[in-house]
Amino acid sequence: MKQFIQDLAEKNNHQAKQLLQILREIQSCYHYIPEQAIEQLSGLLAIPRTRIISVVEFYSFLHLTPKGQYELLISDCITDNMHDKKNLTDYLAARLNVAVGAVREDGLVSLDNTSCTGMCDQGPAGLVNGYALTRLDRARIDLIADLIERREPLAAWPADLFQVEDNIVRPGLLLKQSMVPGEALRSAFKRGLKATLTEIERSGLRGRGGAGFKTAMKWGFCADEAQNERYVVCNADEGEPGTFKDRVLLNSFAHQVFEGMTLCAAIIGAKRGFLYLRGEYLHLYEQLQGILDQRRQAGLLGVNILREGLDFDIDIYLGAGAYICGEESALIESLEGKAGIPRNRPPYPVTQGYLGKPTVVNNVETFLAASAIAVNGADWFAKVGTEKSSGTKILSISGDCARPGIYEYAFGTTVQTLLNDCGATDVLGVQMGGPSGTFISSQEFDRKLAFEDLATGGSVIVFNENRNIFDIVHNFTHFFAHESCGFCTPCRVGTSLLRKQVDKIYEGHGSAGDVAALEELCQLIKNYSHCGLGQTAANPVLTTLERYPELYQGKLKKISYEPGFDLDGALDIARRLAQRDDAGAHLSQVGDHE
Amino acid sequence: MSKTITIDGDSIPFEDGQTIMEAAAAAGIYIPHLCHHPEFAPHGSCKLCTVIVNGRACSACTFPAMDGQEILNNSKELNDDRRRITQMLFVEGNHLCPGCEKSGNCQLQAIGYYLNMLDNHFLHFFAPRELDASHPDVLVDQNRCIFCTLCVRASHKDGKDVFAISGRGINKRLIFNADSGLLKDTDLDVSDQAAHICPTGAILIKRTGFTQPIGERLFDHKDISETSLEQEQGDHDR
Amino acid sequence: MTDKIRVATVSLAGCFGCHMSLLDIDERLLQLADRVAFDRSPITDIKHCEACDIGLIEGGVCNSENVHTLREFRKHCKFLVAVGACAINGGLPGYRNYIPLEECLGESYLDGIGIENPQIPSDPELPLLLDKVYPVHEVVKIDYFLPGCPPVADVFWTFLTDLLEGREPALPYELIHYD
Repeated sequence: MKQFIQDLAEKNNHQAKQLLQILREIQSCYHYIPEQAIEQLSGLLAIPRTRIISVVEFYSFLHLTPKGQYELLISDCITDNMHDKKNLTDYLAARLNVAVGAVREDGLVSLDNTSCTGMCDQGPAGLVNGYALTRLDRARIDLIADLIERREPLAAWPADLFQVEDNIVRPGLLLKQSMVPGEALRSAFKRGLKATLTEIERSGLRGRGGAGFKTAMKWGFCADEAQNERYVVCNADEGEPGTFKDRVLLNSFAHQVFEGMTLCAAIIGAKRGFLYLRGEYLHLYEQLQGILDQRRQAGLLGVNILREGLDFDIDIYLGAGAYICGEESALIESLEGKAGIPRNRPPYPVTQGYLGKPTVVNNVETFLAASAIAVNGADWFAKVGTEKSSGTKILSISGDCARPGIYEYAFGTTVQTLLNDCGATDVLGVQMGGPSGTFISSQEFDRKLAFEDLATGGSVIVFNENRNIFDIVHNFTHFFAHESCGFCTPCRVGTSLLRKQVDKIYEGHGSAGDVAALEELCQLIKNYSHCGLGQTAANPVLTTLERYPELYQGKLKKISYEPGFDLDGALDIARRLAQRDDAGAHLSQVGDHE
Repeated sequence: MSKTITIDGDSIPFEDGQTIMEAAAAAGIYIPHLCHHPEFAPHGSCKLCTVIVNGRACSACTFPAMDGQEILNNSKELNDDRRRITQMLFVEGNHLCPGCEKSGNCQLQAIGYYLNMLDNHFLHFFAPRELDASHPDVLVDQNRCIFCTLCVRASHKDGKDVFAISGRGINKRLIFNADSGLLKDTDLDVSDQAAHICPTGAILIKRTGFTQPIGERLFDHKDISETSLEQEQGDHDR
Repeated sequence: MTDKIRVATVSLAGCFGCHMSLLDIDERLLQLADRVAFDRSPITDIKHCEACDIGLIEGGVCNSENVHTLREFRKHCKFLVAVGACAINGGLPGYRNYIPLEECLGESYLDGIGIENPQIPSDPELPLLLDKVYPVHEVVKIDYFLPGCPPVADVFWTFLTDLLEGREPALPYELIHYD
């Protein structure tokens, strides 16, 4: 191990900012981060051991205690759950004789849940040692269990288990056009970089991650900073449950994405760029490295790009299971090898980002669109969409529909059109923008896809009339409590309190004041949290409570109060120790006064 | 003409580079806080100092003062919500004041008093937390840690990095920089600022718990708005 | 007699210190007695409470009997008041919440020093312990809270006179203590 860590540190130039990447490799080799590795790394990277431990304990895919040689994780997205995930996981657990959340005694296999792995159009999905497994069913689980019991190395597993489909159902402006690598850069240099920035400005392109900040303005601010070092970061930490379009863009349109980053570098004057790829998309890593190599060989990356005097290169960084790293300043912290805790703002990343230098962070789709605009011009883009939301939006549609997959629409398209196209019938409602977005009911399907109406980073989850609103809210609320980074009080404590309160109502123990208490808690989390995660963590409750208040009230018992914990359960231990089971050894959940 | 901001209707001057918290303290206006300390870089995590700046919620300890800001601070709505946030801290940890040496000198408790907090409101987490009494002079009781990171920041300034916060979400914990993980094996010395900076009773100096009798303690006769301004005004001005 | 305010009091997992503090209002007890009649309380030795205006609960909820008692109070009292640190967050008995119940009972009845005939009591007459000591507001609805360990006599006096005068009870800064 000593030599392995030594080599790893050397490969990473003994730089502390590489810590997360180094830890990923250690985890992948040993299935945990051994104490010896922490001690050795602390010396090699010249950082306190506490920093290493705090990074390990922050990311879901890193562990201080050994996981199985086969680390199995099952995606716990609502869409997976709609496709029988719970029963399949139980089946898998029984088949391998390992409990969910545990490591089997012989150390061969461990099993746990994980947040949405971005395979909602081909779930139930999972990960084995970080690699995506799709379309899980009993037959495939039998196969997987056999392979594990036979200790087959992953390389010898049938490729079909790891097959990830693009499922592009409805290509539009961006997905239909084909671009030769280098075309956008040539167009930009020909037009002039300033003129190209103006072109992007005229196109009206706004950030595709969901917040919708004007791209040209962001690039302009960054370029204007009086600093000689700047960075371009592509945010491919696509963690919003129900979103998978960046996975497809990186699988089939990576050149255009990298070209968009290079274009941005040319305009703002950056020499280094990073693609921050969510750990769940490990399966794309080698392929993307190959494309970067191709681009270097083609003179589109590296020194003196296209002989225009531009020096720029891109590194790929992998995440390790933390939704919060999709927040741009948390992502930058993660790039620096730290826990992904959102920074205080101001300063914003465009003035002080990666290593304190001006940094542009944009979504995968934004870079893709920017390169397309550089080739085709502003008008090509701006002629579609609405006045405030120009161009198209690439959506990941999943849930109760006949054709889940990737859809590209002009902004201004109604939800009803989406539903018709994807083959959704008897629709109860649609979750627009994932758990952090909005739940809309069947009364609102004339609403439009647009920053000024329904903004979305790309997640569209359809629910039919057989679905239960509380299953959805329950799943999303647990997701946020699990993903809260824990930096600020309202989110750290509030999301866990919210989980308890939602569980209480969900499990039928709610009483008179419980919905009011729920709403009060939601407002606290929303109004006082440090970043977007906390500010939107209560949205699943708030947006459904607004639309279905009677459903919530209907869940409440007609009594004034019920305890928030299981009273009789709290006697379990004493009952067992005293070996009693008489009537006096039990408690009713509610007194006869209620 | 000097630049000004308005807090609860009072116009106060500020200098460029000051945060709202610094400008307010210099003008004798108290904004409740726990994770802020004038000697250290602001952290912005406890959220008690949330004020409404031109209609938008901001942390006063991190947000820069800018000319013409209209700020709400001491309003009923804000204080009601600050009370709830304090209650969150009380149910998250295990804060049993009658058994704590810090009682009476504890800022978390004093914030509760200041905000007229009479109960803990929420369900308690009863989280199992560790206690480290291994160090000859300093005791750490994680039951009372509120993750303000003041010890982390102070120990970094001491050049020792004894403390760090680890974990994610509700599972955070304080860890110590020693191979054994024990406080006694760290470089912590009782004279370090980090040993004295804790706003609660999570980090205590041994054998000093009752040198100051109950009834004669910091918050027995003055509320935290008075003591905080007395102590911090000078620091902010420096 | 009938126009007097009826008050019941009880100590659950507490030390009766809050009751002692109530008695510390000293000569004002006489003024109180003019306005208040005590129902179930250690002061009266009445075993079960009937319809009351105010129920004062000292102590947290540590066993099944506490739950039944608390429910009886909730059923019969118009206003239920959590009195003291133990009722509000478990207080000193709450220190056992850091130790698994198995270990607590083991230490007391099985493997502690000087134990003869080690066994965990199982008489049905004995209430079973809950896994934790719970604050009373987590078991029934509570209307008012009087913090302190114990709340000083003036807290009781201020609170009760406020209620008797029909004012919304409020404690000034110097009366709010958690210790």
